[in-house]
Parts: sequence; structure tokens; C-alpha cells
Amino acid sequence: METFFNEFLSGTDAGNELSVVRYKEYAPMPVNFREMMRYAGVYPAPYADRPDDYPEELRAEADKAIRLLEGQTSFRVGYCPMVLKWDEEGYPVLPFKQHSDNLKKNLHDCEAVVLFAATIGAGTDRLIHRYEKTEPGMGLLLQALGAERAESLCNLFCTEVKAISEKYGYTTHPRFSPGFGDLPITVQPEFLQFLDASRRLGITLTESYLMSPSKSVTAVIGIEKM
Amino acid sequence: MNIRDFMKDNFIVLDGGMGTLLQEAGLKPGELPERWNVTHPEEIVRIQRNYFDAGSNVVLANTFGANGLKFDDDELEKLIRAAIGNAVKAKEESSGTQEKFVALDIGPLGKLLKPYGDYEFEDAVAMYAKTVRFGVKAGADLIFIETMNDSLDTKAALLAAKENSGLPVFVSNAYGSDGKLMTGASPAAMVAMLEGMHADAVGANCSLGPEQLTDVIEEYLKYASVPVLLKPNAGLPRSENGKTVYDVMPAEFGEAVGKLLKKGVRLAGGCCGTTPEFIKAVRAEADRLTPVPVTPKNLSVVSSYTHAVVFGEKPVLIGERINPTGKKRFQQALRENDIDYILGEGLKQQDAGVDILDVNVGLPEIDEPKMLESVTKELQAVSDLPLQIDTTDTAAMEAALRCYNGKAMVNSVNGKDEVMEAVFPLVQKYGGFVVALTLDEGGIPKSVEGRLAVAKKIIAKAAEYGIGKKDLIFDPLAMTISADTTAAKVTMQSVAAIKNELGVNTSLGVSNVSFGLPERNIVTATFFALCLEEGLSAAIMNPYSAEMMDVYYAFKALHNMDENCMDYIGYASKKPKMQAVSVAGGTGASANESAGSGQDKAGGLKGANLTPLQNAIVRGLKEKSATLTKEQLKDTEPLKLIQEDVIPALNIVGEDFEAKRAFLPQLLMAAEAAKAAFEEVKKKMAEEDTKTHPEGMPFIIATVHGDIHDIGKNIVKLIMENYGFAVTDLGKDVPAEEIVEATIREHAPLVGLSALMTTTVPAMEETIKLMREKAPWAKVCVGGAVLTKEYADLIGADMYCKDAMETVRYAKELEASFNKE
Repeated sequence: METFFNEFLSGTDAGNELSVVRYKEYAPMPVNFREMMRYAGVYPAPYADRPDDYPEELRAEADKAIRLLEGQTSFRVGYCPMVLKWDEEGYPVLPFKQHSDNLKKNLHDCEAVVLFAATIGAGTDRLIHRYEKTEPGMGLLLQALGAERAESLCNLFCTEVKAISEKYGYTTHPRFSPGFGDLPITVQPEFLQFLDASRRLGITLTESYLMSPSKSVTAVIGIEKM
Repeated sequence: MNIRDFMKDNFIVLDGGMGTLLQEAGLKPGELPERWNVTHPEEIVRIQRNYFDAGSNVVLANTFGANGLKFDDDELEKLIRAAIGNAVKAKEESSGTQEKFVALDIGPLGKLLKPYGDYEFEDAVAMYAKTVRFGVKAGADLIFIETMNDSLDTKAALLAAKENSGLPVFVSNAYGSDGKLMTGASPAAMVAMLEGMHADAVGANCSLGPEQLTDVIEEYLKYASVPVLLKPNAGLPRSENGKTVYDVMPAEFGEAVGKLLKKGVRLAGGCCGTTPEFIKAVRAEADRLTPVPVTPKNLSVVSSYTHAVVFGEKPVLIGERINPTGKKRFQQALRENDIDYILGEGLKQQDAGVDILDVNVGLPEIDEPKMLESVTKELQAVSDLPLQIDTTDTAAMEAALRCYNGKAMVNSVNGKDEVMEAVFPLVQKYGGFVVALTLDEGGIPKSVEGRLAVAKKIIAKAAEYGIGKKDLIFDPLAMTISADTTAAKVTMQSVAAIKNELGVNTSLGVSNVSFGLPERNIVTATFFALCLEEGLSAAIMNPYSAEMMDVYYAFKALHNMDENCMDYIGYASKKPKMQAVSVAGGTGASANESAGSGQDKAGGLKGANLTPLQNAIVRGLKEKSATLTKEQLKDTEPLKLIQEDVIPALNIVGEDFEAKRAFLPQLLMAAEAAKAAFEEVKKKMAEEDTKTHPEGMPFIIATVHGDIHDIGKNIVKLIMENYGFAVTDLGKDVPAEEIVEATIREHAPLVGLSALMTTTVPAMEETIKLMREKAPWAKVCVGGAVLTKEYADLIGADMYCKDAMETVRYAKELEASFNKE
């Protein structure tokens, strides 16, 4: 990212020559218990603040889910910062074709974007499979935990992008994913192909454009001058 | 020269990276490199000629992503023909004087196979087969399958290569930094599977540098009896001046690869970030060193999709409980297609400590090939234990071996020619570790010598199919001592004789020995101990027998197979606790004591006046619920128990859920606890041959075509079962025709459809249309994240159910009129 800003600001950019895809891996971050519970449908909870406030049996099951997932995740991100161009109709020019008004609005005033794909790996899906038929309660908690993990990974990555952007006098917009608003998930093949996500991150698509591993996210982050 | 002959005495230097060099030549991110075979042939030929000039013996044609998912047949054939043509041209133009070969390169399809993805194994085989056939036609010298990160996908590609060509096949997998494939397989597991299917070389490529791949490669060298290959990245990528560069330089790379050549690697090249400079360095090492001979390892191994189990080191336990023989509840589950029950048996045995699961689903009235295939797949989706495919039906055996993810154990062959001629070809094709029973046309020989003779005959016949002794395990047959008191002695002596004289592994179905006797566990466990002392390698046994497990752990500790006795200590520390739990659960007193506090915390769950069983269900305590039910069934009518304890408890949780005093995980935990109670009731009734429920109203449920989310569907299923409906669960991603068919077959008055995504709601609408046409009596209720009442009306559903409890309520209304009819 730093390289990108250095070159971008020094004006060495010619076209989209700066679009190099990079990959990084993160260490596991702490579990946000409340978020996990929210994904599990414990909402709005009358006992929502400290884990200790949750009923003992539920707390025990949730702890078991967290233990089961330990060592089964790998937090990986593939990303590509690029200079943002606009077409004659005023839509952003991205490596995937779209005419999304919502995305256009989200990227309003942006000079650059970061495209990224993040995944917590296939281990979570294996565990969910193991439990969802025979112990649906545990299956649900693992689903919720997986969702929380993927979300935490994205938040961590986006926070980093924001911090670097701010160093250079820029700020970031909230991330925007295929499937939000009028941006269809049918852009996923091009999006993932651009990041070489199948080979480098192990993210593949089903016939109906769902990602496997299921706990994966693709998104665009807009970067605007402060 | 043929490459198979050449590789016998020589190192093979492979090529290096392609992607980076193509990008330097102008390939844009997202552009398909295979098209360059036609649009930029001169660039491809130049890069490949450089590799041949640098000393590569094998260059991979630019066909990594050339498959039927990305290109139509015409373009695919054209691209592959051009790609092989380019590589051949590079070979002819090269100044290198070494032996040179051109490989058809096959990379993953980029689709994840079922059960984790949505792609069918057989579709993958068919897709790879296309690439293979075009590659053979275009004149490739060999097939190079690489960068595969899933074991089943690797199997599909290798099977396609074997079924559609006679070319040598090299197989290379991409490991993560944890030393496993993305979907969990270890190197040992991959070697077991790939060797069983006759890959000519196996190894690792991509993802990591040569240093980081050392552990993976050492494991390959330990297990593989075929040449091992290595094609690492130029270290790890980092960015420098806006470019991705790798942290290992050519000289360093050559040195690191050289170290592994010295350890036994026979084929080496590079992957991402490597260039002809790197290959020159590898060539220099290869010229300097002498190849280490490839030796047969003679290991007896089976594998699952994650790990390998080796025979002959420690006793191997094979759980016998997935078998309908003499088990009424299991037979009922098979007839009702209740796969979940079978999965439960598998997981329980895994928890009890077995290494392998025997899978027998033979029952005269069921379609065994179909059932065995589906149970094999479903079991592998939930358990990572290797399976022992147990059947006498060779069609069923083939169906299961074909889809099996790993190298399976096969139960069984015997000395009858007819049986060997049916089973050995399957093992030859799919790989396998075969149980061989020492009986033949003349029956079971009475003497040790007779059983030895049959074993020898089987070894000779197996050799004709290229199946070595290491892939046979002999079962000299345990027979009951209640019929012949000399039977056990002959079996024990046979174990020793077969092991010592033939140098092979042995296994026994130990439980037979005590048939017809009281307190069978005592006799069986003692027999097990005696056989282990004779050198028995494995037993097909009942892991729920405490006596058997006692023997197993004590034997390992006594025979120095358990370092610091840790396994034994771990086992012993769990034992008294297990007993204590069942005693406490049995009295019900402790449940009453803790009732108040547990419920107060659980928000509003009504605490007053619950029976111990109700309390266990409300709090979601599965084991306690099962134990209490078992106790109470001794003097309570099953139906009374359900009506007065289970259903009221479920209603309490249901009401609390609707009032938001309890939440989804608690609803599910309670439902599971109720299900555990039902399971005890079913068991009791199956034993007494009575019907479980008064015939419940049939209910069909499915997640519609294109959608692979099924958690919501599973929740509704569980709760509906709890309320006594006869639920048929068709699974996820189910075509409309299949749903309608089931509705007609069951004459179901109600069908539940689930969809999570807006994109699959049309499939729901289609299903409803077809339903109106073919099964007009059926009501359809729908649910799922994206649905609303309005949406449901729009697509013509009868009812929108926002959650499981609402489905129950709607179904109850229908049931009232259903019963009147």
C-alpha cells in the first residue's frame, strides 16, 4: 500500500500500471463474542454485554465452538490498490463490468480504490459440515463464529488501509461488496479472476456465484482525499 | 527415449514459473494465459525454449487452466493443440542436448467439489477427461497434474488421466504453511491415495519456497515408493517498487533444491517467481549429484481425506457398529433412508477412539450400491476417519471406492477365484488395502496349515494384479467357541503363523468368538488380548465395550507403544467420570437441584414445576435427556413420556423463543436434547417391534436448486421431527423435479422450501409451479433470509413461515384437517 501511495502521489502512474495484486496472511485475532452471538440470532439479547452474562449452557456451547475452530483457520487477503477512472456515463471503471448506481455513489469523489478478497479458509466449512447435521445447535454457533471471524478479518484489513491512507492525507469509504444494493454477485467471476483468488487464496465459486470457502468476502474500498 | 525409462536412472529437471514471465511479456491481470498460445505463440515458444536451454528435461505446455469450464470444446481443442505445438517447437529449437519431453499441464478446475462446494465428483472427472483427450491427441509425452489443493479434486484429475490415456502421470499438490492441503490432507494421505492409483511420480509445488517445503518433502520421501517431485516458489513474495518479487535468489534456490535432491527427490524445477536462471542452478545441482535410488517402502497404509493410518506399528481399531446385522434400529434407519442415524453411529465410534470405521449397509430390500455410495460420501463429509468398505456386492464396492476420498480399506476378498477376480481389478484401479479371509471354495480350513495355504494362494493371485503383500491384511476368521472349543486356539495360532511366515498384517472380527455365551464382553476382550500378543495388527470390534477398550489401552502401555503411558492415563482419567455422570443422571436428583439457577439465567425460561426430563430438555442437555429417558422408559409408556414430558418442554422453549426470552441456539439445543430423548424411545420401540409414532403427517423439506445453504432448513427439519411429523429431508441444491417426485411418493400434504439468496428465489417459484401441476393437493410453505410475506405471495406460495415455530403451527393446522380425511 505504501508503495502504491508513493508512486501514485509522485505521479509515476500511467494508466493502471500500478495495479499489482499482493497477498498477505494474518495471525488470529480475538473473538468478538457479542458479534458471534448476534450472528447466532441472540438478538436483541437481554444479557448482551459480558460473556459471563449469557446463560451457562449457551456460554459452554459457544466456548466449545471457539475451541473447535482453534487452529482450523488461516486468515488470508489478496488485494490490489488501483487508480480510479470513470467511464463516459460516470460509472467507475473496475476490473469487473458493472453499471451499479450504488457503487458509483459509494465511490463518489474517490481517486483510488482497493479491491480485495479475504478468506478464513476451508477448515470452518469442514467443521460446520461435521456438526450441522448431527448437532445443529453447534452447527449454528460455528456458522456464527465463522461469520464473525471473516468480518473481523475484513475489519482488520480495512483499518490498515485506512491508517495508511490517512498518512498520505486520504481517507477511506465503507467497503462495498458484490451483492450489496444493485451490484450483482454475477461480477464475482471477474472479480476473483482478477485477484487470481482460486489459485492464491483457494476461493472458488459455485454455479450460483457463492464463494467456497463460504466464509470469504470480496469488496471494494474507495479512497478519497481528506 | 521413453520418460518412464529415462527417469529410472536420472534426475529429471522440470521447468520454472510461467505466470510471472507472461506478465512481464504483457499479460494483464484477469486475462486468460491459455489464449496466448494462439495470440502470442512467439512469446510462449521463447519462454519455453529458454527453459529447455537452461537444462529442463520436461517443460509444461501452457495449459494450466485449459479446461471445459473456461473454454468451449472447439476453442479448448485449438488452444491445447497450439500449446503442445508451441512446447514442441521450443524443444526442437532449443540448443540443449539433454533428453527433452513435453507435458500436458493440468491445474485445478477452480471449482470446489461436494460436500464443501457444489461441484459433482463425476462432473470433475468428465471435465478433466476432455483436457486429457485433447492433450493426448496433440501429442503430449506425459501428463503433469499440479497445484491441486484438494485431495478429491486431485483424484478426479488422476482418474481422468488414467481412464483416457496410457501416458505417465506426475501429480503435484500445493501445501499451505501448515503442511496440509487447503481441504486438510497430509502428504502421507496424498501418497497413499496417489500411489494406490498408480501415479508415476508424486510431490509438491507452489505456495512456498524450497526451505519451507522441506518438511512436506521429507514426509513424501518417507512414504512414497515412486519418485518424488518438487517445484517450489522462489521463496515468499513481497513487494518492491510496486512489483512482486520473491526473496530467494537463483544460487540460493539451487542450493536448497540440491539439499533435497541429496535426500532423495528425483524431479525438481520451480514454480511462481522462478525463471530460467533458477532452472540453470537446479540443472547444475543435478549434474553434480548422483540420484538416490527409489526404494519400495512396504508400508501398509490407508487414508482419509486428511490423514493416513499405518498398520503394523500399533494395533488398529476398526469400529464395527455401522452394520445392520442383528440391529433392528439400524435396519429401520436404512429402510427409512435415515442417513443421519448412520452418521451418528460413525461419530460416536470416533469419539470412542476407533481409527477406522467399517461401513456395511447390506440389507436385502435396499439398493446397496446407491446406499453405500451415499453413506460413504456423507460419512466423509462429517468424519475424517478412513473407511473400510464392507460389502459382498462388487457393484456397491466399486461405487464406493470410486467416490472415496483417499485410499480405502476393502472388506473383503477370500480364496475363491470368482471373488478375487471380481475384487482385485477394483483395487488395482482405485487403490485399496484389502482384507483377505482365509477361506475358499472348500470352506474354512480347520487347521492352521490349511489357512496358511489359502493365504499363500491369495498373495499369488493378488500379485497378478500388481497388488503387493503390503496391501493385503489377512483375517484367519474367529469362530465361536460355544460351538467348538478348539476354534479360538486355531485362530490365534493362525494369526501367529500368517504374520511370522508370510510377513503380512492380520485382522479379526473378534466379537464372533463369544457368540452364544453369556457376558460376551469378558470372553471377547480376553480373546482380543491373546490375539494381540500373537501379533494381531487390527481388530473389527465394538468400541462401546469398556472391556475391549481396557485391553487396547493396557496392551499399548505394556508393549512400549504408548510413550510415558500418556494415552493410557488419558483414557483412565475419563473412565470414572463417565461412570459418575451416568449415576448422577440416573437419579434425577441433581437435575432438580440445579433447575432453578439454570433457568433464571436463561432469561425467561419458565422454571416452576418442571420434571427432571423437561428441565434437561429446556436447558439443552442432550446426554442427561437421553439418560433420564432411558431410566423412565423402564416404567413409563413411551407415548405418555412424549406427550407429558418432551412436547411440553419443547413448547416452553418455543414460547420463550417467540417472546425473545430465548434465542435460536437455545431453541436448537433444546430440540437436540428432545431428539436424544426420542432416539431412546425409538430404540426401545424398535426392539419391541412397535411403531414409533402414531403415523405422523408427511412433510417434505428441501433447499431449492442452486442454493447450498441449509442451516435454516435443518432447523425446521429438527423442530418438525420433534413435533412428530414424518419428515423427508431432500437436502440442499435440490431440483424441482426431485421435490415434486418425493411429494407424490409420500403423498405429502405439506412441502417446505428454503432459499437464502435472491438469485435462487426463481428456482423456488419454478418448484411451486411444477408442484401445482403435478401435486396440486400439496400446500407449500417457504422461508429463508431473503423471503418476506409479499415475496412469498408473489411466487405463489401458500404460506410464508418466518421461523421453525411458525412452520410447526401451520403444519398443525393442516394436520387437523389431514387427520379428518
